[in-house]
Amino acid sequence: MGRPKIARKSTTVDMTAMCDVAFLILSFFILTTKPKPSEAVPIQTPKSVANKFVPDKNFLMVSLNNEGKVFLSGGDNASDVEKKKNMLQDINQRNNLGLTPDEIAALTKQPFIGVPFSQLKQQAHLPLIQINSKLPGIPCQDTTNNQMTEWIRAAVGAYVGGHLDLILKGDNVAKYPVFKNILTAFKKNDQFKFQMVTNQANVPEGTDLYKENMSRSKSAEM
Amino acid sequence: MAEMDTSGGGGHKKGPGVKKAKKMSTRVDLTPMVDLGFLLITFFVFTTTISQPTAMRLALPDDKVKTEDQNKIKQSGALTILLGKDNNVFYYEGELLPDATNFKPSNFKDIRDVILNKKQQADTNLVVVIKPNDESTYKNFIDILDEMSINVVKRYAVVDIAPVEDELIRKTEGEPETPKQ
Repeated sequence: MGRPKIARKSTTVDMTAMCDVAFLILSFFILTTKPKPSEAVPIQTPKSVANKFVPDKNFLMVSLNNEGKVFLSGGDNASDVEKKKNMLQDINQRNNLGLTPDEIAALTKQPFIGVPFSQLKQQAHLPLIQINSKLPGIPCQDTTNNQMTEWIRAAVGAYVGGHLDLILKGDNVAKYPVFKNILTAFKKNDQFKFQMVTNQANVPEGTDLYKENMSRSKSAEM
Repeated sequence: MAEMDTSGGGGHKKGPGVKKAKKMSTRVDLTPMVDLGFLLITFFVFTTTISQPTAMRLALPDDKVKTEDQNKIKQSGALTILLGKDNNVFYYEGELLPDATNFKPSNFKDIRDVILNKKQQADTNLVVVIKPNDESTYKNFIDILDEMSINVVKRYAVVDIAPVEDELIRKTEGEPETPKQ
């Protein structure tokens, strides 16, 4: 009658090790993520195979949203903020806007400039929540009243002797003419090099660039 | 005696044969914790990859340079790409013929082959001229520049569109719409 006893094995697995790994990876990702700066102007950037990262200091960013409005922003480290202040003072003086030092300080603190010169005074008094894409944007639609030219000139003046990266961040559906007007503003100030923000895309296999990258990585290994 | 019966309903069936009460295990079921861990990992993985914008560099030509100093491009190696609305792409090789017979429509998928063909034909003489019209979007422009870097075209230029070409694009774009109306 002695039936061989089959030891019943438990189906539960020890989860401790897996749990350890999970939380290790989790802490790695938490520490490496940079909180994405909240953007008042939502912009869907196009994709490209460009693999250089956008600089995070000494830059001036021109944003072009889906309605064709143009906004201007700078970096948020101390030296960039100082330069932005200088730019605003310069613009204020040259165009006789009559901004008080307090108003300039307020504008410097705001995330971006999004109004024509004549309305800068009003923007200085707007609460942060109203600094969004509803602002009219910097006029650069026509070549006669391209205020972007003035802004870039002020920026070049503020960054003189240092390095300035001009960054253009355009929305997918923004029309080309506005973009061209911004380029005109760059050109008028002898700024011929700039960068365009894109999302990274993979290089399609089999193309010339793909082959070039492959051969480069191979030669690096050897 | 103070211990709880953890074996559930099955324990009773064993009847009097069970002598010792089960010892309470100190083990905790970690499954939900692992679940939660991996959920958060997925969240962070997705958010990190999204916020990695890259920059595409572009150098503009100086308009003030006198025209005599500028390089004349060889017609045999020239490929002109025109961008229209609704992601339409047009191209012609060399010079635009007066009857516009070499003006061909294309799209962003096929243009790569066109560029590659031309690249093989023209070799070092290859110059791509990009002419976006007013209806084209910023995305189209970036896409075509991207196409230049994908196909390793070293020489390309962005030029304002000529009225004749603009007219041609509008005409070609207008055609498919008219039968619907």
